[in-house]
Amino acid sequence: MSVGHSISRRAALIGSGALFAWTQLPRLARAEGRDPRMLVIVLRGALDGLGAVAPVGDPDWIGLRGERALVLDGKTPALPLDSFFALNPAMPNLHRLYRAQQATLVHATATPYRERSHFDGQDVLESGLVKPGGADSGWLNRALLALETEGRVNPVGSRAFGVGAVTPLIVRGKAPVMSWVPQKLLPASDDTAARLLDLYQHTDPKLAVALEGRMKLASLGTSAVEDTMADANPLVVPPGTRLRAYFAEAAGTAARYLAKAEGPRVGALGFVGWDTHINEGAAAGQLYNLLSALDGAIAAVETNMGEAWRETVVTVITEFGRTARINGTLGTDHGTGTVALLAGGALKGGRVIADWPGLKTEQLYEGRDLKPTTDLRAVLKGLLRDHLRVEERELAGSIFPDSAGVAPIAGLVG
Amino acid sequence: MSSSAKADAALALHRFGMGPRPGSIEKIVSDPRGALLAELDNPPPYPAAAATLPSSAKAFRTVADANARRQAKATLATRAEAEAKKQQMAAAGTAMTEGPATAMSETASKAAAEAVPDPGRPIYLEEAKLRTEAALAADIGFTERLVWFWSNHFCISADKIRSMSGAYEREAIRPHVLGSFADLLLAAENHPAMLFYLDNLGSMGANSIAGINRSRGLNENLARETLELHTLGVRAGYTQDDVIAFANVLTGWTLVPPGDNPEHGGEFSFNPRLHEPGAQKILGKSYEQEGVEQGRAVLRDLAAHPATATHLATRLATHFIADTPPPALVERMAKTFLDSSGDLKEVAKTMVSAPESWSEPPGKLKRPGEWVVSIVRAAGITQVDAKRYTGGQALLGEPLWRPPSPKGFPDDEGSWIDGMGRRLDIANNFAERIAGRADPEDIVENVLCGCVSAELRQAIGRAESRQQALALLFMSTEFQRR
Repeated sequence: MSVGHSISRRAALIGSGALFAWTQLPRLARAEGRDPRMLVIVLRGALDGLGAVAPVGDPDWIGLRGERALVLDGKTPALPLDSFFALNPAMPNLHRLYRAQQATLVHATATPYRERSHFDGQDVLESGLVKPGGADSGWLNRALLALETEGRVNPVGSRAFGVGAVTPLIVRGKAPVMSWVPQKLLPASDDTAARLLDLYQHTDPKLAVALEGRMKLASLGTSAVEDTMADANPLVVPPGTRLRAYFAEAAGTAARYLAKAEGPRVGALGFVGWDTHINEGAAAGQLYNLLSALDGAIAAVETNMGEAWRETVVTVITEFGRTARINGTLGTDHGTGTVALLAGGALKGGRVIADWPGLKTEQLYEGRDLKPTTDLRAVLKGLLRDHLRVEERELAGSIFPDSAGVAPIAGLVG
Repeated sequence: MSSSAKADAALALHRFGMGPRPGSIEKIVSDPRGALLAELDNPPPYPAAAATLPSSAKAFRTVADANARRQAKATLATRAEAEAKKQQMAAAGTAMTEGPATAMSETASKAAAEAVPDPGRPIYLEEAKLRTEAALAADIGFTERLVWFWSNHFCISADKIRSMSGAYEREAIRPHVLGSFADLLLAAENHPAMLFYLDNLGSMGANSIAGINRSRGLNENLARETLELHTLGVRAGYTQDDVIAFANVLTGWTLVPPGDNPEHGGEFSFNPRLHEPGAQKILGKSYEQEGVEQGRAVLRDLAAHPATATHLATRLATHFIADTPPPALVERMAKTFLDSSGDLKEVAKTMVSAPESWSEPPGKLKRPGEWVVSIVRAAGITQVDAKRYTGGQALLGEPLWRPPSPKGFPDDEGSWIDGMGRRLDIANNFAERIAGRADPEDIVENVLCGCVSAELRQAIGRAESRQQALALLFMSTEFQRR
């Protein structure tokens, strides 16, 4: 097999999936002079919510995590949010946004999934269904369809497009998905692509749809992204600075597309590596490095969005949390309640939303995990309704079926 | 040869093998099913060159040794730099205000990295080359496909443990794909690469000697993924308590530290000091065994469990036959699994003998790895540049031995179909490189024996260049679906 260029780390790693949904803005929003953007970042592997946003005001916190508990007067002090919560010290950008009312943190949240399989958990997180298994579309894709059927989006321009070879479930569905991978590989000519499309149209309609998505994207004519890491060895897991560069590059690229006047308005990308079973290192180490990279990614989105940042919401979600206590190998095992991080100029931020369940053993879910008290779908529904202006009745219908009892959280944006 | 016989032969090669090579359709056209069964009874040997590759333990020690030497070099250079600086300052009459340099100097680290390169990468590339060339050399390649399938089922990741990734497949997977599933399961779960990948090395029972002395304890990862992914399947009825009990059973399954033992470092070892003492109850059954036998007993029972039979039959049929395989086929394969005490050769035979495996239309989208190997075989190429080849696989989203999670690479069309644009670029690039020596019409007539649509023939005939014709051919539904 032959590839004429060395493979960039980013291209290799981004296979884990950065995706953008490509749609014109809702007409209603346009009429109001709005042009909202939404970027969803999925943290695969289950983020330790207590390691990201620590309940430093809870009297049981230090007893729970001992010397591994993030505290305000630690060696690397946690960043105070309010009288009760503090942010992991790896996230100064998010802290700055929080103080500027451009970040909202939702704690003790979870999807309706209550088991501990990553793959089922991600299935529920991304499908928007109550149970895992059998889903062939994601809630973000269906949200686009809901906009379309109401005639609020130009159907011709309604496309989802993907970065990476494996499409995450969250954007799979009837709204077509385009795929794009940062590359220096010489692309096939438009003529070859057109001929192949013609062949597919006669022999394989599904492949025709997939190829068509790629061709429409190419015609958008974005300039190639500078491939700064072309010579990097793609096989080494990037620690520290390289991890930061990779996260920032992936999210920053997404933002460049979202910022364009004719670009996509909704997107999703995934970051792997959050399954911290061993030596979690919340204050210094693995989780610290990951959160630092995530913080840089949020900053890159802010920078590359430019003016559009004030109409942007970045939503960071994960399949479930981790055990409240540290496990036998200084890490944490699969748990339940966790945090969702929201950042963006469109938010009415500067607060932690939490119905705090407490950390005493009898207050923990099954005696081991942070108990979820806020349904994550309430957050997502609130954003879809008030930010993207998705029809309210679709929220508990096609987008998050069987969620009539979960009211959207009002006032997240404003 | 009748055209339907040729179509069956082509289907056998695409669906169960590595794709047609020049001459391979003629070779099996008289009895494609028989040819597949014959391969199972007489599988092609893995290339003899494998004997020259290091074992997983040796590879692990080699990398650990290089890391230690690199570290020593950097430390020496850092000390020398600090000493030079001290003398310089003393000569200038300035007092040392900083303490002794403890952090590694950046230039010293860089120089050390250059002086002692990572041996893990060349080992990985050698393993990749051998594996790819075995797939290219096989007449049909059914056994290799089974190796690929089981390797993905019991995946580890080279991102976490690169030195062992190729050797793991040779040691734990390859010897057992036509043997007993219980043997395969034990070989995979007690392999150091798996114990490392799923975080079991330091897991210790709370009441074990080490657990008491060091106040550390359990890690659930290996136990959970063994139940969820490798045997019973998710939602098969086990509980969180079962996961914890099984994790306790597996405490002590670790490896010999590479630095301590130049002969056996990196090999599996059972460390009784880490092991949680006493009986454990899993799925309602109490396991009273001592030491490593306890875990072996649990694995034996899991291997024989009806849920495991259904889970594995479903995964096999989903991989080989269709994203939604015919339930009757899955049932038959699961029954064979149970009737034969998990004989994987018998299960494979049941699959290729089943009428559904031949009546199901060729609608399954090939994964990138299968697709690439099939276009390279069609071009008659038998040797590869491992660096290029693995780079191409990474670009297509299926980097060798580097799955995104313990679940392995997905098998369904929805996961891969949006990668068509990238496949086209790769096909185009490959076509460019081979256009001087490969003839598209020749591949259609002599490799595919004319089993292509009229539309594809026409597209090839009208192509503006041989390169374009080859790219269209490699991207055709005939090469993408099986």
